[in-house]
Order: sequence, then structure tokens, then C-alpha cells
Amino acid sequence: MSSYTAHFKVWRGDADGGGLQDFQVEVNDGEVVLDIIHRLQATQASDLAVRWNCKAGKCGSCSAEVNGHPRLMCMTRMSVFRRDETVTVTPMRTFPVIRDLVTDVSFNYTKAREVPAFVPPKGVAAGEYRMAQQDVERSQEFRKCIECFLCQNTCHVVRDHEENKEAFAGPRFLMRIAELDMHPLDAAEETGLNRAASAQEDHGLGYCNITKCCTDVCPENIHITDNALIPLKERAVDRKYDPLVWLGSKIRRRGQ
Amino acid sequence: MTNVERHAYDVVVVGAGGAGLRAAIEARERGMRTAVICKSLFGKAHTVMAEGGIAASMGNANEHDNWQVHFRDTMRGGKFLNHWRMAELHAKEAPDRVWELETWGALFDRTADGRISQRNFGGHEYPRLAHVGDRTGLELIRTLQQKIVSLQQEDHAETGDYEARLKVFQECTVTRILKDRDRVAGVFGYVRESGRLFVIDAPAVVLATGGIGKSFKVTSNSWEYTGDGHALALLAGAPLINMEFIQFHPTGMVWPPSVKGILVTESVRGDGGVLRNSEGERFMFGYVPDVFKEKYAQSEEEADGWYTDPDTHRRPPELLPRDEVARAINSEVKAGRGTPHGGVFLDVSTRLSAEEIKRRLPSMHHQFKELADVDITAEAMEVGPTCHYMMGGVDVEPDTAAARGVPGLFAAGEVAGGMHGSNRLGGNSLSDLLVFGRRAGLFAAEYAAGLGPDSRASATAEQVDAAAAEVLRPFGAAEGAGTGSGGDGSGAAAENPYTLHQELQQVMNDLVGIIRRGPEMEQAMERLTGLRERSRQVGVEGHRQFNPGWHLAMDLRNMLLVSECVARAALERTESRGGHTRDDHPDMDRLWRKVNLVCELAAEPPAEDAGAPAVTLRRRPMDPIRPDLLALFERDELLKYLTDEELDA
Repeated sequence: MSSYTAHFKVWRGDADGGGLQDFQVEVNDGEVVLDIIHRLQATQASDLAVRWNCKAGKCGSCSAEVNGHPRLMCMTRMSVFRRDETVTVTPMRTFPVIRDLVTDVSFNYTKAREVPAFVPPKGVAAGEYRMAQQDVERSQEFRKCIECFLCQNTCHVVRDHEENKEAFAGPRFLMRIAELDMHPLDAAEETGLNRAASAQEDHGLGYCNITKCCTDVCPENIHITDNALIPLKERAVDRKYDPLVWLGSKIRRRGQ
Repeated sequence: MTNVERHAYDVVVVGAGGAGLRAAIEARERGMRTAVICKSLFGKAHTVMAEGGIAASMGNANEHDNWQVHFRDTMRGGKFLNHWRMAELHAKEAPDRVWELETWGALFDRTADGRISQRNFGGHEYPRLAHVGDRTGLELIRTLQQKIVSLQQEDHAETGDYEARLKVFQECTVTRILKDRDRVAGVFGYVRESGRLFVIDAPAVVLATGGIGKSFKVTSNSWEYTGDGHALALLAGAPLINMEFIQFHPTGMVWPPSVKGILVTESVRGDGGVLRNSEGERFMFGYVPDVFKEKYAQSEEEADGWYTDPDTHRRPPELLPRDEVARAINSEVKAGRGTPHGGVFLDVSTRLSAEEIKRRLPSMHHQFKELADVDITAEAMEVGPTCHYMMGGVDVEPDTAAARGVPGLFAAGEVAGGMHGSNRLGGNSLSDLLVFGRRAGLFAAEYAAGLGPDSRASATAEQVDAAAAEVLRPFGAAEGAGTGSGGDGSGAAAENPYTLHQELQQVMNDLVGIIRRGPEMEQAMERLTGLRERSRQVGVEGHRQFNPGWHLAMDLRNMLLVSECVARAALERTESRGGHTRDDHPDMDRLWRKVNLVCELAAEPPAEDAGAPAVTLRRRPMDPIRPDLLALFERDELLKYLTDEELDA
């Protein structure tokens, strides 16, 4: 096993400001950026604030920007950097800093509450749900989301436009609407809620101009833009202009 | 009195994993104002790490399955040390708890006729685990999280306030259960983000804090698993049982070092993965214990036939309960037949097509590719045992999840003891969370509702002051002991919490690990006492705002207490059973099956006598198993576990 000393720059500070701090730190074979942050905590900066949980890419807690790229620190291998390369770790830019690498992500929880919940079908008892695998798979792709909020962080609609946060749910929660819209048994329609139209009118779907930045940073490789946002846009537009087109497209999809 | 934020709720749930969220949903649906407190962000609890599935005898994959079969499997898995009533309730109620998730929007994988698909797992007679690929825990947590949001939406529609009846206090740590005489009066804690202290007055508290794995060096558990609920219960005067039983999952990653211990789902074996040693031998055939001889295949041919024709073939021995497989792997490595990185080979690439592996085991494929440069569709994984699950926990009433001895305190999920006996079957954890999470929420709500507003009490100022002083002590230690040049020379240098934690993990791993020996555990007890003494001097740098060093210093108290319970109980039980293996007492002893070891907090030792034990241990007889449940087994099988007198009684 070989180890070496790496040069790290880690942003430290709080809501009042801060800056990059330099560290020389040991790196061993097979380690990821989060291991190095932990080593800094244990040996050089015991109060360095960072969120993490599973360390296996399953919980979405350790989101940050590594050399400017939005990443999960637990899934960023040190082997992707040259040994003489400076590794710079900064907090997600779109959300207000609390301390060091920890940001205030409450924006996302606010948006989550604004998306109307799953509406169970009337007259179908628990245990009586029947759905085909191919019908659940479309929504299942979106339910792989680990809520790391890297897509929310990256989306240029809000990344440098604080003023858009009010009106725009962000890719994660527009995808949540798509997920419910594609759920085989969601009965929102019967309650008078058209999810696709609501995405457009209430959750800012129109702000998205499909640059696919969200898809690029998704650690779960969910095709957010192609499979969630674009179909949602199509349905929103179709419904707006022609109910027959919408019906036709729904039947065609079923047949696939 | 110390300046603290003060809130009041009917029910407080500590922990926001599967059990905590299910409890909170139930309490809120019963009309209680409910608070959920969690150390991480909402939706990040350790439940997301669960991979394989939820065990429930829905009978979708094999119509012969029913609650009796599930009950039998659970008791066998736990080597009959389970509390039979909990195992019964669990087996009976699990299907309803799974189906209920669908009405909240969960999307499980499906059978050809559109029902919930069920997969094979170790120790389960039939395919029984409802699943979503290998990310079932994520589906569970997200569904519960979204159900909570939907309840909050209902409250918002009615009152204009999302949090009128159900509020999640995220990134908060509870450090004490507060009491009014013998009864629960609320909780004390701090907000991780700001360091502010708070009290929630509440007559009912549900502990749902999960396990203790972070006391061990090699573990599949996240940082949150520091035994908080176990310690909170002990400190509040509630007993713990079965603390000697810790499940070492047979398959954790072993390389690279930074991911050592991360879980490799049992689904790999359920879906056909086989274990081989460095000589290429499929070694599990040599490790089928007598109690399971009739149920497992004797040859590779028979085992391979089971995947397509389970009615005329016996199960492959890779699907023995986890304790058996973990010990077998440990023995192979010890005998020099391990892999280069000290594990064994787990191979699913020869059984399934690459496409099928990616569909059924997507996160395993991703995890190995990203973290270990291994393509599991083409090559074998290297795996070895990792500390995974705590069978022991709060001693609860089986029906109500009420902690014995402390009115108003409830516990559900991994923090509760009894359900799994000496060893938990895979898939029985997620169902446990739902079944007993709901029961804890239900009975906590009933208890709180039954106390009139006049009979509610709040904790005294002295209690709150003491709790605050305890939490703030590490800052004083750093100043007083002088980590820099300004020390006043009054005592030893402040201890670094990270250093203490690493030493604790090493002690538990080496001396109270998967294979245990009397003298080593005695040594562990001494080392733990030393660590406990040093932990009083633990100091932290910086201020209270999101300070991980301080957070760890707080968690250390819990890990040390719980570790002492584990070591003490493990030393006492002179037999091997389930998740407790004694090299010096290798056999299972039917007399020991009748005994639970109960840990309780010792009377507060005087300050100068830091060497006194923090916990005491006593033996308690098990409740006799109800006759109609015993009748579900053949007498020959029961004789392996129960004494003749018990059977003839």
C-alpha cells in the first residue's frame, strides 16, 4: 500500500464569511475525499464541519464541490486526482453556508412540502394493488433519488438567481411531480389535480430550459431531464392545447 | 435555571429511521401533537442503507407461506431466544405493514401478475422479501418521509401551519430523558447546527435510535449508530436485555481499507451468489450445523437445483442464517484460505447475466465499480464479516413496546431487545421497524391521551441544569486542562474525542468481536474502565456551532456505556448461540436458552471510584413459550433448543 501527502484547500467559515484553508494531509490507497476530510477532523481540525452518513453513496449527505464540481465526497476517489494536484473542497454554492462544508438546505424541504402527495385510488384496498413491473419502472427510476440536492445546487435557474427560488421547485421536485404523474395508480386526476399542468403553473417547470446540468451531476445516474422533465413539459403543453393528443400519447406509452 | 428553548408535545419520537417515522405517523394519526428528533437531516437515517428487503409472508411468490412459517423461521434464526410474543406479532402483522406502504405511494418490484415480488433470503423457508432492487431501505424511508409530508399538508390545509401537529426537529441530539419521579417528563438535547440547548416537555417518549455499530472498528453502520437510545434508556432507569448478541454480517467489503465494512447485501446470495475460498472450494457445505442439517443441501448439484426447483431440492448453505455464514468465513480466513485482502470470494457473475445483475443488484454493481474497481458482472467480490446489527436493546412489553420500569418510555426497532433473540434473519429488520414502530406510536399515544393535562409534569430545574452542565463540560475541559500553552496545570491534558473513539473501536473489535474468549473480555472490561475515566477529561476546540468534535464527545458517553453492557453480558454467557460465539465455550447449552441477561445502570459511583462498574448484570428466566406456538414445531427439533423438563411441562 502506498501513501502520499496531498495538498488540500478546504473552505472554512460561516454565514459571516470565510476562506480557503490549506492542509497537507496523508492519503492512502483506495481512499475517497470524505476519508481525507475525516482525517483532517481527527488530526488537524477537530471542529471542521461536514455532513455525512453512509459513506457508500446511498444517503446523499456529503454533497460538496470538489475542484468546482458538485460531487458526493464519499464517491469521489482520490485516484482521480494527480498526486501533485491541489484538491479544493467548498460547500454547495446555491445554499447558504452554516459552517465550513455544511449548508442550509431547508429550501429543499420547503419545496418538498409544496408538491401534493400521492393520492391513493378509491376503492382499492391495501393488498389489492396490482401494477405491472414495466409500469412501475418509470417512477422507480426517479425514486432512486437519494436527495443529495446536487441537482438543485447545480441548476442555473437558482444557482446564481436567488430571486427564482420562490417560484422554482428545482429538478429534484419537478422530478417528484413526474414520478407521481407516472405512478400507475395515482388518483390525483380524480381530485381535480392535473400534475403536469400544476408543474408548469405552480412549480416553475417553464424556467427549465433543459441544459441537463442536473442529469450530469446526478450520482444515481437518473436521467432527470430526458425521462422526467421533458416528458413532463410535453404533457403540460399537450394538456394545455389538446386533450386528444395527451390521450393518444398516453395510449402509445402504455403499448411500449 | 439554564437558558434553554422549551417546547411541549404529547409524544416525542427520538430517531427518524423506519421505526421512528412509523411511530410518529401512528401517534399523529391518533391525534397526538408529535415531535420527531433526529441527528441527521430528515430522510438520511440509517434505514436507507438496508438493501435486500422487507420480510412478510404475503405468499406472493410461494402460496405455502404464512405467518406460522415466518414465525418458525424467526425463532430458528434467533436460536429460540426470541421473545415468542414479539416474533408472533411480527410475523402476523408484517404483511399489513407492507401493503400499507403501497397506499402511501411505495413502488415495490412486481410479480408477473402485478403483485409485490418476493425474494429469497437466508433462513427464510420461502421467498419472502418485498424489495425494490437492492435499495429497499431507501424506498421505505422515502415512503414514510413522504407520508409525513402528506400529513403535514393535511394540517396545513386545516390550520395554515405545516407543523401544527407533527414537527421534525432535524440535526438535533437528545442527551437525556427527563423524568418526573419515576415517569417520563420529556427530553433534553442540543441543536447540532447552532449548539443551542432545548427541552421538550412530553409525557411519552419513543426511542427509535437504532444500533451501536460505531463502537466497533469494522462496521456497516453510519456515524449515527452510537447506542444513544440504549444509553438514554439505561440512564433513565430502564433495563437492557440480550446485549451480548451482536450480528456480524457475513459479507462486508474488505478492500480498499477506506470502505472496509460497508455492506454487501445478502440478496447477492439470495439471487444465487456463491462463496468460495482461495482454493476455489465452495466451503459452506462444511459448515452446516446439526440443528440445520435436514434443511440444507449437501452437494453443489443439489444446491444449484434449488434455484429452479425448490420443491425437490434443499437450500444452498450460503443461505444459512447470518451468524453461521459469518463464522464460517472467519474460520476460512483464519485457516489461511482467505483472499489477498483477508476475505473470501462472493461470486454472482457465474449465475446471472450481466444485465440481470445490473437490474437486481444495481447499487452493489455501482458500489464495487466506483469504490473498488471491481465489475461484479464479470468477477468475484472479496467479502468478510462486518459488525452490522444489535439484537439486544431496551427490555419492552411485547405488545405495547413500553419499556419496563419507566412509565411513558417506549422503544422500537433496533434499540428494542427481544424480537430477534440471539440472531436476526435478514429482512426481519425492516418489518420489525414497521410492526413495532406502529405499536410504539399507538401505545405511546394511548398512554399520553390517558394522562389528563393536569397529571402532566415537567422536569425540575435541577435536572435541566445537570443535563446542560453535562453537555457543556467538554468546552470547560479544553479550557481547564489547557490544550494550548495556557493550561493551569490542574490536571491531565484534555483528551481528544477522536482518539478515544478509535481506541474504543479497536478494543471492541479485537476483544469482544465475532469470536470471543473469557480472558480477552476481562481485558476489555479493564480497557473500557480506563477509557471511561479518560472520557471525563475529553475536551473540544472551537465553539458550539456545528462542531463535530463536540458531537463525538457527547456520543462517546453512550458508546462506552453500551460497550460495557456488551462486554459484561458476553463474559457472563458461557455458551455459543447466534451472535455470541465463545471460543472457550463453543457449544449451545439448552439451560442458557432459558436465561436473559439484564443490564441496568449501577448506582452512581462516587467520583473518586471511577473503576466501579457503570452497569450491573442479573439473570432472568425467559417466559415459557405459549403451547400453541410450540405446537408449530416437531418435538425432535424443539429438543435441540429446549430442555426435556420444558417440553414435558
